[in-house]
Amino acid sequence: MAFEKDCPHALPESSDHKPPHEARRMFLKQSSILTAFALTPGVAVKAADLKFEEKVAAAFEQVKVTLEINGKKHKLSLEPRTTLLDLLRERLQLTGTKKGCDYGQCGACTVHVDGQRVNSCLTLAVMQDGKKVTTIEGLADGDNLHPMQEAFIKHDGFQCGYCTPGQIMSAVACIREGHADSDEEIREYMSGNICRCGAYPNIVNAIKEVKNGGLKV
Amino acid sequence: MNQFQYVRPTKNKAAIDTVTKDPNATFIAGGTNLLDLMKRGVVMPEKLVDINKLPLRKIEKESGAVRIGALALNGVVAEDKLVLEKHPLLAQALDAGASAQLRNMATVGGNMMQRTRCPYFYDTALPCNKREPGTGCSAIEGYNRMHAIFGFSDKCIATHPSDMGVALAALDATVLVSGPKGDRKIPFVDFHRLPGDTPQIETNLQKGELIVAVDVPENNFAKHAHYLKVRDRASYAFALVSVAAALDIENNTIKDARLAMGGVAHKPWRLTEAEKALVGKPVSEHTFRQAAEVAMRGARAFEHNQYKLKLAPNSIVQALKTAAGLA
Repeated sequence: MAFEKDCPHALPESSDHKPPHEARRMFLKQSSILTAFALTPGVAVKAADLKFEEKVAAAFEQVKVTLEINGKKHKLSLEPRTTLLDLLRERLQLTGTKKGCDYGQCGACTVHVDGQRVNSCLTLAVMQDGKKVTTIEGLADGDNLHPMQEAFIKHDGFQCGYCTPGQIMSAVACIREGHADSDEEIREYMSGNICRCGAYPNIVNAIKEVKNGGLKV
Repeated sequence: MNQFQYVRPTKNKAAIDTVTKDPNATFIAGGTNLLDLMKRGVVMPEKLVDINKLPLRKIEKESGAVRIGALALNGVVAEDKLVLEKHPLLAQALDAGASAQLRNMATVGGNMMQRTRCPYFYDTALPCNKREPGTGCSAIEGYNRMHAIFGFSDKCIATHPSDMGVALAALDATVLVSGPKGDRKIPFVDFHRLPGDTPQIETNLQKGELIVAVDVPENNFAKHAHYLKVRDRASYAFALVSVAAALDIENNTIKDARLAMGGVAHKPWRLTEAEKALVGKPVSEHTFRQAAEVAMRGARAFEHNQYKLKLAPNSIVQALKTAAGLA
């Protein structure tokens, strides 16, 4: 839809801390009115009774959020409906985290928030204010791959590679949580990451090697 | 996703006031079902009240019960020492739900409030009485393999998807809520509603009422409890049928029993008559088979879920055998 191109969920980086330009605010107001009509006719009609423009403009305010992503602090101003996944990929160009299903069914978007693995597609970025996020880009130590990344390469833990960042983030968490003590347990605790190429046996082998190697993950 | 206002109160009262006053405001906790529904346009709240800053995460002993805060994460509850010691059935049910990632996000209160996974509820192009009251139920004549065999109506045959809820129904849990008119307690088995003529109303919560905790009372079932979940794949799928079975056994005789099923009704389905059929009987497959027959009274299937009429009683027997240590 052309409209979506004109009206991205998040504003460009450069505008973060500046008051919005008058013309842009006008454009945003108009666009948001259009969106309201396009998406929620019921809502829009009701809003008309309540001084339509003010109400819609208020709904479109940006929310200030501070996030630490891969060790770097980001002060951002975000539209509330931006998911953590879209923030990472579309705004911060951290495209290592993949969008598979976008509905929490595939695990391709797995990242760590405060050390815990989560589906970044099913959480709003504004809900993560003040938290520390680690993505696949933050796992390696400079040019030295993380042991799990090494193990995935060694054991052919992927074919097309699309699910791999999510698999690796989940695999690291699986060991940290203490759920990698048997093949069966690994399979159960990795079940939130779907691999359409069917690399599962090799993924289990990669995780076992890292776990048995006793390296810090 | 539709646009919405976002607020993040730090006090229960502020959260309750906001949702009470604004007809189109709703609470958000983990968001794992709500955001899914918002992305698909199934629900379109105008205001989200993020309750994650409210002090509702504790798991503690409280007057003979384990009190679990509404914001305690499913994954945290499943591995909590007190829960594992006192209510292993609940931990098993939680572990059977979703994936490790989702359990790290989903809360106990949110788990209760999740919506059915009936595909017609999610498909905004098709009629659904739950999504748009009065439009009809597409599932009754449609693909109803996942649907209810108990307690349905001619308006809706959807099932409740929770695993946790099945254990809480079996364990006589109580839901603590706080609302504009004060605090109250709702027995867990009365928290969810059957569809009747109003399938769009799924719980007995009033507008603005906030779940603050769940109490699971002390019991003697910790030694003999089992949650069995039968699904299309080994993990990370909703239940076709699930059974929460808990027994108090003395000298090979059943002193007390708790039994509930998931995947069979619009709410977690407690089987009190079958429980009565177990009490005082010897621990045996025969006893369990008889109880399963009682449990299935009144069951009725649709075109594609006939298999549940056989799968459900067999699952009850299997769960009871495992709980009793016979399997």
